[in-house]
Amino acid sequence: MKRRFSKNKKIRVIPGFHLTLGITVTMLSLIVLIPLASVMVYSLKLSPSEFFGLLTKSNVLYAFATSIGCSFLAACINVVFGVILAWTLTRYDFPGKRILDGFIELPFALPTAVAGITLSKMYSDTGVIGKPLAALGIKVAYTHVGLVIALVFVGIPFVVRSVQPILEKLDGQYEEAAYILGATPSKTFFKVILSEMKPAILTGFGLAFARGVGEYGSVIYISGNSAKEHTQVISYVIMQKLNYIDYASATAIALVMLIISFLILFAVNIIQMKQAQRTNQL
Amino acid sequence: MNELEKLEKRKKRTRHILITVSVLFIFLMLVLPLICIIASSLKEGFAFYIQSIRTDYVKSALKVTLLATVAAVVINTFFGLCVSWLLTKFSFRGKQVLATLIDIPFSISPVIVGLAFLMTFGRLGWTYPFIRAINQFFGTNIRIAFAIPGVILATIFVTFPYVSREVIPVLNAQGKDEEEAAALMGAGGLKIFFKITFPQMKWALLYGVILCTSRALGEFGAVNALSKTRGETFTLPLEIDALYMSGTEQSITAAFAVSSLLVILAVIILFLRNILEYRAKTRRESR
Repeated sequence: MKRRFSKNKKIRVIPGFHLTLGITVTMLSLIVLIPLASVMVYSLKLSPSEFFGLLTKSNVLYAFATSIGCSFLAACINVVFGVILAWTLTRYDFPGKRILDGFIELPFALPTAVAGITLSKMYSDTGVIGKPLAALGIKVAYTHVGLVIALVFVGIPFVVRSVQPILEKLDGQYEEAAYILGATPSKTFFKVILSEMKPAILTGFGLAFARGVGEYGSVIYISGNSAKEHTQVISYVIMQKLNYIDYASATAIALVMLIISFLILFAVNIIQMKQAQRTNQL
Repeated sequence: MNELEKLEKRKKRTRHILITVSVLFIFLMLVLPLICIIASSLKEGFAFYIQSIRTDYVKSALKVTLLATVAAVVINTFFGLCVSWLLTKFSFRGKQVLATLIDIPFSISPVIVGLAFLMTFGRLGWTYPFIRAINQFFGTNIRIAFAIPGVILATIFVTFPYVSREVIPVLNAQGKDEEEAAALMGAGGLKIFFKITFPQMKWALLYGVILCTSRALGEFGAVNALSKTRGETFTLPLEIDALYMSGTEQSITAAFAVSSLLVILAVIILFLRNILEYRAKTRRESR
């Protein structure tokens, strides 16, 4: 009602509309849109056959498969642990909880290159975790397992931080009702709580997945970047093409990646909008 | 009664299991890497540690990093305030599209950001002829790609939405009634901003600035594509990469020593972040 009023009247009481609109649009164009448009324009200069020829080279296809597959797996692992962590941190009280809660954000604060070299060192055959695992015959660094671990590290805060607020808001009344109606605790969790958390989980999954597909700094050290063992990720391949001054391939791959990340962003936005509508209705 | 006791017992068991899983996960995935960085950086002794963070390369990288970070924070704070004002105080057509466009840098691979600036300002970029013409005409030697301006631009790009994303929800929750009342009573734009809006959002703004700083200090992928001269245009993360990639035992230790500088900053940022969040929470609850 209020919105329609201001729309019809077109009266803006608060000053600064044109000024801030002008600054926003100018800066957005100069810093974000024009550079991205340059990538698109350049990649559109390629003929379709050239474009697909560059994209369907075996190492490019393998890199796409590696990036998407490992990010998907890592995002799934993050959903499981993210929900457990969010649950523990909101529902239980125990000593040291606040410190643990603070650590969740570490992957956001730690530079990706630092995370990358550290994980690579820890999981190598001589590292703290790699050594005992190597004794068991499990190789982590320079394999897909290492890649997934790095992506779990980068993605975990996304899931925890999108699920946590929902769990905080969910008061006990649903659970009580379910209990009075005779549901077992596990049934209550899977039928009642999980369905309430679903949009938040999907958002966290989407954000972690999108981050993983484009991730560079934290994965390139632990992955080993071997073309033979298909441990090259897609952003590494772009960087490699840039270093060989093969701009055509780099932009073609970048265009596909841009489309993928826009699709994920779009899906996440739709989920969030639906969630907002639902909470408004309540 | 028996049934209830059983249930209590099971609840307690789940509680223990979940807390154990959480503590183990956080320790193995998040705490252990931090300990590892510090331990690795001191492996060759404290003297070596000091020596490896005092090389000319590190000093130059520190300068470039600080320059890029300050530029990114100043510009993005200014921009973030403009965007937040625009998106929370007015409704207009295309608002949703604009909000989505501003969030683009979140979802783009940093390597693509580097590529985008190369395609704009590099030898093949469409601005290259202009830059060359300007350089020939004025006899200057302006370079953007593979030079400091490129590094700064890439850093601004990746941290673009950080401030606005923190400020917008707070301003949205506050509504715009107070600003409208003030404007109707004749207050000017700046007065409204400093007397009403700024006090409402100062903590969110500070938090946004902190996040922006931390991301700018650690940016790697985007600058890696745009900066190739060690000792001149390298930032700290690039210097760490160069040290680590040289592969000798000593240079790897040096890489961790330089990393430890960024880790200390990361821990400070985490600490500030938690204080700010705690403040916001207790203030919400006291209302």
